[in-house]
Amino acid sequence: MRVFAKLTLTELKLFLREPISAFFVLLFPTVLVVILGSIPSFREPSADIGGRRVIDLYVSIAVVLTLAMVAIQVAPAVLATYRERGVLRRLATTPVSPLKLLGAQLAMFGITAIASTALVLAVGRLAFDVALASQFGGFVLAFLLTTAGILAIGLFVAAVVPTGKAGSSVGTILFFPLMFFAGLWTPREVMPGVLQRIADFTPLGAGQRALGDAMTGSWPNLLSATVLVGYVAVFGFLAVRTFRWS
Amino acid sequence: MTVIEVRNLRKTYGDTVAVRDVSLTVEAGEIFGILGPNGAGKTTTVESIAGLREPDGGSIRVLGRDPGDRSLRDDVGVQLQESALPDKLTVREALELYASFYPEPGDWRALTRELGLGEKLGTSYAKLSGGQKQRLSIALALIGNPKIAILDELTTGLDPQARRDTWDLIEGVRAAGVTIVLVTHFMEEAERLCDRLAVIDRGEVVALDTPAGLIAGMDTEQRIRFRPSAPVDDALLLARPEVRTVRRHGSQIEVVGTGNLLHAVTSVLAVNEIIAADLRIEQASLDDAFVQLTGRSVKE
Repeated sequence: MRVFAKLTLTELKLFLREPISAFFVLLFPTVLVVILGSIPSFREPSADIGGRRVIDLYVSIAVVLTLAMVAIQVAPAVLATYRERGVLRRLATTPVSPLKLLGAQLAMFGITAIASTALVLAVGRLAFDVALASQFGGFVLAFLLTTAGILAIGLFVAAVVPTGKAGSSVGTILFFPLMFFAGLWTPREVMPGVLQRIADFTPLGAGQRALGDAMTGSWPNLLSATVLVGYVAVFGFLAVRTFRWS
Repeated sequence: MTVIEVRNLRKTYGDTVAVRDVSLTVEAGEIFGILGPNGAGKTTTVESIAGLREPDGGSIRVLGRDPGDRSLRDDVGVQLQESALPDKLTVREALELYASFYPEPGDWRALTRELGLGEKLGTSYAKLSGGQKQRLSIALALIGNPKIAILDELTTGLDPQARRDTWDLIEGVRAAGVTIVLVTHFMEEAERLCDRLAVIDRGEVVALDTPAGLIAGMDTEQRIRFRPSAPVDDALLLARPEVRTVRRHGSQIEVVGTGNLLHAVTSVLAVNEIIAADLRIEQASLDDAFVQLTGRSVKE
């Protein structure tokens, strides 16, 4: 446990020493909320989206953005670099299993995602009066499902790419379409029906919908939850099957 | 007491046979060298001993246990040829982290002083020079107070002074009772440090002896170098039965042969009224033994 804590702390320090990823994971989602919230019309209720305000929608989208940054931008690059550089192999010669390092990295990803999400929610609440998740249990469940679903994809990418650079390129290529369906450019509520239907079956689309449900007071809908569990199962299995230590 | 026993080790990667048949034993407290040209199977052999590779054939016992036994990780320190740390990890963080992995870690401050890393504690891994990375890698291999240290290409990338300092350190570590397995392709290092040496070539042990024993086991061959005062025809020298080969290095002639070689060479020169300047007789070295055993220079 002492070793695990030390590894996690070390991973956190290393993460914070990469200013660009640290900014995009920890601050950028909140910056996005602040920028959008500064536009007066986004703070007015709109009939197009069922009487809610645009900023209300973007808080849950910013939470999904945080998870996407961590799971498909940062995780594959870090893990594939560790393998490429022999860090995992080096560890295999010590009493500490490389699995413990993987665990420490997952813990680090979790801590940074939670910190960034808390900041998004706090700023949304304090600056723009966006209601905190009124169904808190539902929010936690949606958050965990979304994290697990997208992280399984990130780990699968980390398992199959040959280098850290390739990991970050594949992550970036996945990032844009996945975030499109999560509503980063056009929230789900104003997407045409067909796009909504497709979005429901993408990991971040489903995740954003589940988080949105919880923010408005209900439990995540069954379809989104099922889709996310499906991603965890399929990509989790593939990641475990294809992962190489060196 | 035998601490490492390798019997008929075999390891292939696809169609490539990395190790064909290697058997050796390492005794407690010795510095055991594994010497061989690139691609001979040295690294695969020690990686199998370290439990990083699963052999395709043969058996390995380390301290009486299977190399895959995780309890061995407390007792065996390994320095890999290419082992990296995260770029932004500092020397101090790496040492503290690795020290925390072991039940009874050594004093990393003393280690860094001996390895000349004392002033680099706050430097991140990416900013270290090649030699400093190498020394950190050695420190990490020794930090757990191992019973056995496996060091692959210990001094590659070090300057001559750092290399000698590292040899002193290794001798100190051995004096403290640690058994050391050293993979090297530096003859000077093998001759200076190793109690016994296994010469590996094309995946097989071609010789296993003390450095002195390896040299003594060669055909007794002598080598004479000199600078002739006038041109000499190779054929005149080669006509003598004692002379085996004649080679030229610029204005210098190198004659290799057996028997009373010196007499043979000087009489040829005397007959032709040639004076030999800078005449030197060289004894066989480990380098020569190696070339004779493997048919090639270690640098090839």
